[in-house]
Amino acid sequence: MTLCFVMILLIPLALAGMALVNAGLGRSHSASHSMLSSLCVISVAAIAYMVCGHAFAGAAGVPGRQLLLGGKPWSVLGASPWFLGGLAREFNPGASQGAMITPLVALFGMLGAALAALVPLSAGADRWKLGASCASTALLAGLIYPIFFHWAWGGGWLAQLGANYGLGQGFVDCGGAGAIQVIAGLSALSITWVLGPRRAKYPAVGVVAAIPAHNIVLVLLGCLLLLPGWFGLNAGGAMLFNGASIAGLPLVALNTLLCGAGSALTAVVFTKVRFSRPDASLTANGLVAGLAASSAGCAYVSPFFSLLIGVGAGLLVIFTVELLETRLGIDDPAGAVSVHAVAGVWGLLSLGLLGRLPGTAAGIAAATAGTAYGGTAYVSGGQMLAQVVGVATLLGLMLPASYFLNRLIDRFYPYRSDEDGERLGMDLLELGAGAYPEFLIHGDEYTQR
Amino acid sequence: MRIAGLMLLMAGWALVVLALILLPATAARSAFLGAGFAVEMIGLVLAMRRQLPPSEDTA
Repeated sequence: MTLCFVMILLIPLALAGMALVNAGLGRSHSASHSMLSSLCVISVAAIAYMVCGHAFAGAAGVPGRQLLLGGKPWSVLGASPWFLGGLAREFNPGASQGAMITPLVALFGMLGAALAALVPLSAGADRWKLGASCASTALLAGLIYPIFFHWAWGGGWLAQLGANYGLGQGFVDCGGAGAIQVIAGLSALSITWVLGPRRAKYPAVGVVAAIPAHNIVLVLLGCLLLLPGWFGLNAGGAMLFNGASIAGLPLVALNTLLCGAGSALTAVVFTKVRFSRPDASLTANGLVAGLAASSAGCAYVSPFFSLLIGVGAGLLVIFTVELLETRLGIDDPAGAVSVHAVAGVWGLLSLGLLGRLPGTAAGIAAATAGTAYGGTAYVSGGQMLAQVVGVATLLGLMLPASYFLNRLIDRFYPYRSDEDGERLGMDLLELGAGAYPEFLIHGDEYTQR
Repeated sequence: MRIAGLMLLMAGWALVVLALILLPATAARSAFLGAGFAVEMIGLVLAMRRQLPPSEDTA
């Protein structure tokens, strides 16, 4: 449990990395607004998760609220105390190592909520008001994310698909490809729909305007920070929710790195071939997409298959970034929908295709102890169905819920800034000063037209 | 169009859940799970069909 705690403490590096990526991929006149929004949504996510998120998410071993459907128990909502109630008892001096699990799950869940909250922020860059992003984060971290967290990780109905309906081991998601990445990516899609594109993006005549990243160094530094953060995310999740032991963690870390590396290099090679030069922002997108895809099955796939999953994620992200931007009119400055939702779905489904999950509880113990490729591991058709049910739930329930609830908040508290926000920049509009006051990089940003 | 697509997404998910609850036979359950997922894909395509931005501003 101590090691698990250390792994979870790496996750804030991913938060820092994601904030830098968001700021770098946005425009210079919204850079400090982006960083301040990141700090604010992390804080709001932590508090919302504390108030009600953990109660809805539940924790392993804590019975949830159940429905009886078709004679089978469906755990639909966690039943932990609100305001993280009762956790102080876990820290009494005589408490066993096992008593640490609930606080660790709460800490992991809180940091996961914060990471998920940063993703929609990038989709609404340059036009999403600070207060509105905080309101949307409260919705995400306090309701949408915890509910799926419970279903996938808190002993909910998706996790029970194996026991109730014989679908492999039930829905498996080691490090949060579904519970964090896809939820966050679909929330980003909802936000782009609610906000609409930036005014300069789709001119009435002519081609779609390219609005390039203002600081690619920040973006790439953010990617370097995301890597250790993702080790913590995947290793912490594998230990908490899949029972991985210390011996199983090197495989988790190897798979995480290989998946990210495969995806980033695929993006480099593909953009070099297509545009004659490697594209740094698409390569950054590729790396993050590979990391997102790795989260699903990092404890259950071989390193070679992990590399293949990364290559697939890299190809998918390049194609879908262009498809969404140019054909579907979705203005997503950081490619959050492609990077997190599409790659996360790919990771979840590829676990069903390529994962070697053990068939018995003893086999699970062997696999998570680092001997996953012994006689008990096998590829299961039922597992693929369980993964499909999980993805269907994300798309068919969580996406509409996210869209309709965000639309509802938008009616009472409009999300989008006025026209000045885009013309002058969110820095000047909401903060009163730019991120780079000594430079006048783009004169038109500060000039009334 | 977007609302119709989102409704189809939810209908597809309902098919998936009902297949789990009502169909004990593996083949029939798998078929209905696949059908529900296919309905969701149609809904996703409908929901994501391009909607041009409201502004005529070309900045």
